[in-house]
Amino acid sequence: MSDDAVDTRRRRFLTGTTVVIGGIGTAFAAVPFVSSFQPSARAKAIGAPVEVDVSKLEPGQRIIQKWRGKPVWVVRRTPEMIEDLKNLDAAALRDPESQEPQQPEYAKNAWRSDNPEYLVLVGICTHLGCSPTFVPELNAPGVKQPWKGGFFCPCHGSQFDLAGRVYAGVPAPTNMEVPPYRFATDTKIVVGEDKGAT
Amino acid sequence: MNAITRQLTGLRDWVDDRFPLMSLWNDHMGKYYAPKNFNFWYYFGVFSLVALVIQILTGIWLVMNYKPDAELAFASVEYIMRDVSWGWLIRYMHSTGASAFFIVVYLHMFRGMMYGSYKQPRELIWILGMLLYLCLMAEAFMGYLLPWGQMSYWGAQVIISLFGAIPVIGGTLTEWIRGDYVVSDITLNRFFSLHVIALPFAIAGLVLLHIIALHEVGSNNPDGVEIKKKKDANGVPLDGIPFHPYYSVKDFAGIVVFLMLFSAVMFFAPEMGGYFLEYNNFIPANPMQTPLHIAPVWYFTPYYSILRANTVNFFWIDAKLWGVIFMGLGVMAFFFLPWLDRSPVKSIRYRGGLYKTMLAIFVVAFLILGYLGVKPVSEGRTLVAQICTVIYFLFFLLMPIYTKLDKTKPVPDRVTM
Amino acid sequence: MRTLFIAILMCCVSAAVSATEDGGPQMLRANVDLGNRESLQRGARLFVNYCVSCHSANFMRYNRVAADLGIPEDVVKANMMFTTDKIGEPMRIAMKPADAENWFGVVPPDLSVVARSRGPDWLFSFLNGFYADPAKPTGVNNVYFPNTAMPHVLWEMQGMNRAVFETETHNGTEVAMFRHFEQDRPGTLDEASYMTATRDLVNFLTYVGEPAKLVRYALGVKVLVFLFILWIVAYALKREYWKDVH
Repeated sequence: MSDDAVDTRRRRFLTGTTVVIGGIGTAFAAVPFVSSFQPSARAKAIGAPVEVDVSKLEPGQRIIQKWRGKPVWVVRRTPEMIEDLKNLDAAALRDPESQEPQQPEYAKNAWRSDNPEYLVLVGICTHLGCSPTFVPELNAPGVKQPWKGGFFCPCHGSQFDLAGRVYAGVPAPTNMEVPPYRFATDTKIVVGEDKGAT
Repeated sequence: MNAITRQLTGLRDWVDDRFPLMSLWNDHMGKYYAPKNFNFWYYFGVFSLVALVIQILTGIWLVMNYKPDAELAFASVEYIMRDVSWGWLIRYMHSTGASAFFIVVYLHMFRGMMYGSYKQPRELIWILGMLLYLCLMAEAFMGYLLPWGQMSYWGAQVIISLFGAIPVIGGTLTEWIRGDYVVSDITLNRFFSLHVIALPFAIAGLVLLHIIALHEVGSNNPDGVEIKKKKDANGVPLDGIPFHPYYSVKDFAGIVVFLMLFSAVMFFAPEMGGYFLEYNNFIPANPMQTPLHIAPVWYFTPYYSILRANTVNFFWIDAKLWGVIFMGLGVMAFFFLPWLDRSPVKSIRYRGGLYKTMLAIFVVAFLILGYLGVKPVSEGRTLVAQICTVIYFLFFLLMPIYTKLDKTKPVPDRVTM
Repeated sequence: MRTLFIAILMCCVSAAVSATEDGGPQMLRANVDLGNRESLQRGARLFVNYCVSCHSANFMRYNRVAADLGIPEDVVKANMMFTTDKIGEPMRIAMKPADAENWFGVVPPDLSVVARSRGPDWLFSFLNGFYADPAKPTGVNNVYFPNTAMPHVLWEMQGMNRAVFETETHNGTEVAMFRHFEQDRPGTLDEASYMTATRDLVNFLTYVGEPAKLVRYALGVKVLVFLFILWIVAYALKREYWKDVH
C-alpha cells in the first residue's frame, strides 16, 4: 500500500456524497415503517362520523354516543339552562370566552354550540381522561359555588358548567372538547363531520 | 467543525474507557486484515447479514398487525396488505426476504465448497454456519404456517407427519409437535412464538459466533492461501488489507446491487410465478380439503425430492422411514465436509478435474432435485429423483477417495489477483 | 466451472419446456390492464350488481374502491352499496353461510383474493365457459370448472351456449373433449361485448386481489433509479479506495 498518490479530497467528497445519498435512502426507507403506525383504514372506518338521533331527547336530558371509542354527549338544554349560562359569574370560570382551541369555530360562543339548545361534548375530563358525571341539579352537594348545573369529575373533583367550561381552581386545565359536528336535519346530528362539509 | 470533532472524540474516549469500543472496532473492522483477492462469491456472506436485518426489521413490524389465531390469521395478513398504510410493502419485503435469504445462503455455502472454506482451521465456522442453516430452515418452515393459507396448512401437515415415520414414538411425537391431533390453532400459536422469538434469537446468536470464529482464524480466499503465513515487520499479513475501509466500501457497493435485485423482485414479481408466494396460499386453510398439488416452498424442494425418491422397503424399515432418514442425512451430510475432504489444497483453482467434475455433478443433481420437488410425482420423475439422490450421497460418501486421488496443482505462496 | 454453468442452464431450459403439460381445455387469455381506469370502473359496477349478492369481498372497503378508481364517494354510496350505508365498510354480503350451503350446496367463496389464487386467466375463462346442461340443478355447466355449483349469473348478457364435445380415445378410455360453443339463445350483448364486460370484471377482481398493485410498479421504478444513483457513487468510492490495492 502506498500513500503517494492518495487523493484525500476526492475520497472525502465521495464518502460525503455516499453518506448523504445513503442517508436520504435510509430516510425514504423509514417512511413505510413510520407511516404504518398511523390509524389504519379499519381504524378510520370504525372512527367514521356517527349519527345521533335527538328527536326523542327531552329537554334537560343527555344521551351518550360512542365516537372514535370516546363517549360523546349530547345535552338538550332547557331555556332556563341557556339563560343560566349567561348569568353564571364569569370570574368563577377559567376560560369563559372559550379562547383555548377546544371547539370548532361555530361553537366558539356563549353556549359553546352551533344550536344553543344542543350541547355536543367529548365526555372526557381535560385533566387526566376520566369521564365526568352529569349533574343537572342546582342543589348538588359538594360542588363549588356558583353552581347552575354541569359536570363533575369523580376522579379529581374538576367541574364544568353546562357548556363544558371549566371552573377556575380545579385540576382540569381547559374547557371540555367540542367535537366537529353538523346538523343533518333538525333532530339528527352527525358527530365527526364539520358544519359546512357535506 | 473542530470543536464538534473534539467533542465527539471526547465522547468516544469516554465510552472507550468503560467499554472496549476501539478494540472491538479494530478487531473486526479497522485492523481486521482480509485477503485482498476476494471475488464475486465473497459478497454472499454480507448479503446474508443484510437479509437477516431485513427479516428482523420487517418481522417486528408485521407482528404489530398480525394475529396468531386460526380464525384471524389469514384476514390479518390481508389487513396488513390493504388497511395498514404501507403494510403491503413491509409484507412483501418479508416474503421476498425469505427467499432472498435462502438464495444468498445457498450461494454462500457453494462458495465455501468451491474454495474449501470448511477445511482446517475453519471447521468450526462451517459447523456454526450449518447450524445457522438448520435454524433458518426451521424459521422458514414455521413462518410459512403463519399466513394460514392452504399451502401453509398442508405444508405443515406433511412435514410434521414426517416425524410420524419414526418407529414407536412417531405418533406421540407428531401430536407433541402439533399440540393437537391435526395442525390447529394451537400449532399456529406455538409456531408463531418460535418463529418470532426463539429462532431469531438463536440465529442472531449463531451469526455472532460465526463471525467471531471467522475473525479469530481469518478469512479464506479464492486461492485457499493462508495469508497469515506471510507477514510484514509489523505483523500485518502481506496479502491482507484492512476490512475497513476497503471491504466496507466494496461490500456497500455490492449491497446496493443486492438491494436493486431484491427491489426488482419485490416490486415487479413478489409472487415470482408462484414460487415465492404460492397461489394456493391465497385460499384460507381448510382442514377438510387438500389442494390437488402441494409442494413445499422452493428452498426445501431438494430435500423433499429425496424424501419422495425413497419408494422401496429395505430390510425391516419401510420406504416412508427411509425417506425421512435420507432427507435428514441429506442435510446433515454437509456437517462432515471438513473431515470427508482429504485434499491437500483448499481452492477449486488448484484441484484436479476429478473434484471439479464431482462438484459440478453434485450441483446439477441438487438443482434437478429442487426442480422435481415442485412437480407432481410421475414414474419417470421418481426415477430421475432416485438417480439424483444416489449422486447426492455419492458426492459425500466417495469424497475421501476422490479428493485423495485427485491430481492437485501446486498452490502459490501468495494470493493471486 | 464452465461445464457447471452449462449444466445449470440446461436444467433451467428443461424446466421451462415441461411447464405446460396438464390436460383440460386451453385457458383463455384475460389480458387485463390495471392502467385502464374506465375498465376497472365498469368492472366494479358489474361486480356489485352481479356478484356481491352471493360473493363477498370481505377485505375490500368501498371507500378504497372509490379512492383508487376515482369514483366520487357519493356515487359509490348511491349506486354501488347495497348491503351497507357506511362507505368505510368492506364489501360484505347479507346472505348467511348456512343458507348459502342449503341453496347451492357450497358456500360461495369470498372473492377478495380469488384473482391471486385462481389467476385472471382462469376467472376470465370461467366466466366465458358456461353452457346449457339440463342435467344440472342450475341448468348450466362450465367447461373450465366442471360441475360448478354457480349458476350462470351473466346469462342475460351472454345468452345461452351449447357446448360441442367430441369423443376421443386416450389409452383405451373414451374421453369427451370440448371443441367449441354454439349459441342457442342470444343475449343482450354480442360475443365481443360480453368478452369486454367479463374482461372488465376480471380486471376489477385483479385489482381487488391486490390494490397495492396500482402503485407498486411505479414505486418500484423510482426505487430502482434511486438505488442505481446510489450505486454509481458507491462504486466510485470503492474504485477510489481500491486504487491502493495492488
